[in-house]
Amino acid sequence: MKGISKVTSVLEPEGLAPRLDRDVEMLRFATAGSVDDGKSTLVGRLLHDSKSVLADTLEAVERASRDRGSDGMELALLTDGLRAEREQGITIDVAYRYFTTARRKFVLADTPGHVQYTRNMVTGASTAELVVILIDARKGVVEQTRRHLAVAALLGVRHLVLAVNKMDLVDFDQSVFAAIAADFAAAAEGLGVVDHTVIPVSALAGDNVVEPSAAMPWYSGPTLLEHLETVEVGIDAAGQQVRFPVQYVIRSADYRGYAGQLAAGVLSVGDDVVVLPSGLRTVVVGIDTFDNPVDFAYAPQSITVRLADELDVGRGDLLVRPGEEPRIVREFEATVCQLSDRPLAAGDRVLVKHTTRVVKAVVDQVNYRLDIETLGRDEAADSLSLNEIGGITLRIAAPLAVDDYAHDRLTGSFLVIDEHDGQTLAAGLVGDPITSATSAAGADAP
Amino acid sequence: MTALTVPTARTKDDVEPAAAERTSGSGQVLKSPHLDVLESEGIHIMREVAAEFERPVLLFSGGKDSAVMLHLARKAFWPAPVPFPLMHVDTGHNFPEVLAYRDEFVERFELRLVVASVQSYIDSGKLRERVDGTRNPLQIQPLLDGITDNKFDAVFGGGRRDEEKARAKERIYSLRDEFGQWDPRRQRPELWNLYNGRHKPGEHVRVFPLSNWTELDVWEYVERERVELPSIYFAHEREVFKRNGMWLTPGEWGGPKDGEPLQRKRVRYRTVGDMSCTGAVESASSTISDVIAEIAISTITERGATRADDKLSEAAMEDRKREGYF
Repeated sequence: MKGISKVTSVLEPEGLAPRLDRDVEMLRFATAGSVDDGKSTLVGRLLHDSKSVLADTLEAVERASRDRGSDGMELALLTDGLRAEREQGITIDVAYRYFTTARRKFVLADTPGHVQYTRNMVTGASTAELVVILIDARKGVVEQTRRHLAVAALLGVRHLVLAVNKMDLVDFDQSVFAAIAADFAAAAEGLGVVDHTVIPVSALAGDNVVEPSAAMPWYSGPTLLEHLETVEVGIDAAGQQVRFPVQYVIRSADYRGYAGQLAAGVLSVGDDVVVLPSGLRTVVVGIDTFDNPVDFAYAPQSITVRLADELDVGRGDLLVRPGEEPRIVREFEATVCQLSDRPLAAGDRVLVKHTTRVVKAVVDQVNYRLDIETLGRDEAADSLSLNEIGGITLRIAAPLAVDDYAHDRLTGSFLVIDEHDGQTLAAGLVGDPITSATSAAGADAP
Repeated sequence: MTALTVPTARTKDDVEPAAAERTSGSGQVLKSPHLDVLESEGIHIMREVAAEFERPVLLFSGGKDSAVMLHLARKAFWPAPVPFPLMHVDTGHNFPEVLAYRDEFVERFELRLVVASVQSYIDSGKLRERVDGTRNPLQIQPLLDGITDNKFDAVFGGGRRDEEKARAKERIYSLRDEFGQWDPRRQRPELWNLYNGRHKPGEHVRVFPLSNWTELDVWEYVERERVELPSIYFAHEREVFKRNGMWLTPGEWGGPKDGEPLQRKRVRYRTVGDMSCTGAVESASSTISDVIAEIAISTITERGATRADDKLSEAAMEDRKREGYF
């Protein structure tokens, strides 16, 4: 072992410099749109122009573009992941991209537009705070746009961006853009989407993606990247009710702590809490992290909570503050998106995974199938197939503490799992988020 | 709603930069900088696995990603010890600095280490040395046998989605069949923070808690948390020779050949792998801050810069993943 430098050498004085002042916010967003709308090109442009693509990757893309007989570089190739997709020229699944600017770190869920669009978009949007919907300026707001909009609204995405692409093909005409923006605003407001932004772009040439466009002097709003860098992110944890699902009990000598990730709210030492579903009450006497004990913690921090009393608390329990309890249910209605090619029907025995609890459940009935374009409900439906969204009633074998999805994304969501082969059958949202959103929109109207 | 009591400061806030601020109605500032969000996500994933699987294991190569994973594991279960062992696939051509580092960590944190040895597979004739001397492809069998023999049902890997195109579609929970194979069409959609780890006997799940981290995030976290790393990540003088455009270190594994003159260079490694296919980069970065500055302006990805095995073909990574590679 001669000549091996000491392991800890990296920590000698110069390694102990103060932390860099570079922590930035993180924005998780998703894109929706089809290949025909130029989505891969837009994403490629965003990565390329924000200088997130390094030389060797660019070289590979240039080489591949030449192999395919293209002049110049096909930006879309930057985002095509699997060989199967490249050979067929399609995108088969959600791909995650990462880029960072001086202001933010971005996690982009790139969802394909046409193949299994609902399944993939629901998946991508479930963790997104913002969705960029892409359309072709020549086509305007089409059925697919309404679908994407409805899925984003259903999943509770707070910010929507409509990128009106291919502005170069409509001569950068302001009136074309204005008409599309008005159509989209009407559709978004009807779904209760409070924050939306419409941006005219040309992904192929790069107009208004990262750099402002010289061809559209009439547009004074932000470029797409500027908007992504400045849109308000994060949930106002302090304004939310505390939801702390217990994940794991940590025991060590005389230590007993309840580990988990705060789903919502601010939890402080000294808080009275109720353990659900048992309903037992106790007090938070300590909040621990590896680094140090803290006086309070907030979502989405991972912490370990110590309680005053020795209670029977374990994985699957939920800690909340008294007076802020969610519903305790043995049966509930939910909106589900079918993710599997096996249909869901009344009588199906399944598993429900909700926060940190897995319970057996039966699909009591399928209440309706949602037409995601018109929002019409087919109440004669008795099953839901792949990519379909609908309402069901579930009966569960043990009580669950649930919030409506419209109220809390993490305590209002669940997975439907096949008990036998373990596959994820459906994504579940407690309650009826679309009706909640549209009725809220109606109530706000003058 | 109960009025919020607002303590003057969490200890951590005193040293945290004032980015990512959010003020609540009560004037309280709640920050969620990206490293905190990533750390919390990683800890959440590790606790889910520890709660739902019977025999998890953490793949520990001694590389920076596995060092960060181990750090997260220590944080996730503190004050209890890490509730699962480490497994190292030793190619027999590992950097001695990295093995020394591994052993010191295992001893200091009282961890259990399982070693899957490529060399013993070659010695017993179960595997044959490749003509090019590269042992990375030979890791698959010892890895899968190690998983099967120990009945591990969840295997933590340090893979990140920013590393390579085929990884961009990898799930955080990646289901593997009994041959360790990855089938992109059989992967489960992942929504919210809900992970589905159900699997049949004989199958296992690879779990990637650093999925959403980039190389830069890892280094920033290493700096912030003072995570110790093997010395070869930092600039040092070393005899190297050039092959396929990479600076390789000489050794019994098969280099240099005639016409590959040795040169003394100041180098460091961006990844830690088998000596036969892990190239050094010329660098003067001797501290973590230097390394971060270097990466921030680097124009080449870490795999492109230093891994010969990924250059074999455009779909190289996809193929190896399907076969059960990390």
